[in-house]
Amino acid sequence: MTKSIKILAFGIVKEIFHADSLTIELEESSKVADLKNVLEHKFPLLKQLASYMVAINNNYALDTDTINEKDEIAIIPPVSGG
Amino acid sequence: MINELDTNIKILKEALNPQECINWVITPESGGVDVFIGTVRNMTKGKRVVKLEFEAYEIMAINEMTKISVDVSNKWPIKKMLIHHRTGILKVGEIPVIIAVAAVHRDAAFEACRYVIDTLKKTVPIWKKEYFEDGEVWVAAHP
Repeated sequence: MTKSIKILAFGIVKEIFHADSLTIELEESSKVADLKNVLEHKFPLLKQLASYMVAINNNYALDTDTINEKDEIAIIPPVSGG
Repeated sequence: MINELDTNIKILKEALNPQECINWVITPESGGVDVFIGTVRNMTKGKRVVKLEFEAYEIMAINEMTKISVDVSNKWPIKKMLIHHRTGILKVGEIPVIIAVAAVHRDAAFEACRYVIDTLKKTVPIWKKEYFEDGEVWVAAHP
C-alpha cells in the first residue's frame, strides 16, 4: 500500500521543484528519512543545499518521525529571515 | 511560565512602523524598552543589492516565533514582546523586521532582544532572496 502525500515548497525549493507544492507516493509507515530519499532521487539539486529540514504540521521533524497521509508536510531550506 | 508575557507576533505585507511597535510594548510596570530594527543593506560581499524579497511559511513562522516568546518568558522578566516581520519586495533602507521588548530593568531587555533576533535568524521559516544588478540568490541556501 502507498499513500499520497502533498509536499509544500518554500524559497529555493520552489525553484528546485518548479512548483510551490507537489504530491508524491510513499509507502505506508514511511518516515521522514524515506521521504528525503525519494525527493533527493527525484530532485538531486536538494543535495547541493547547505542543509534542509522537513516540517510536519508546522513543526521541525526528525528523520525518524513517521509521515501520515493527512499531515501537512513542508520542505524547509536554510532560513534567512531577519 | 515564570511571568505573564503579553506578545504581539505578526507577519505583514505592508511597511512596518517602529513608533507603533514601541508604543505597543511600553507599559507602566516597565523601566525600559529595547528595540532591534533590521534594515535592507545596499551591499553584500561587495555586490550592490537592488532589492530583497522575503517569503514566509506563515503558519509555521508564527509557531516558531511563539516558541521564542515562551523561551523568553522562561528566561527573563519581560512584560511585553513584539515581533513584526515583513514579506514581499523591499528596497534598500526599508525595514524587514522589528523586535521590541519591555522589561522592568534594562539588562533583561537587552539580553532578551538579542536572543529573539539571533534565534529568529536560526529557526523561523522565512527566506530572503537578494537581487543584484547581474542576478539573484536565495541567501544561505548553498554552502
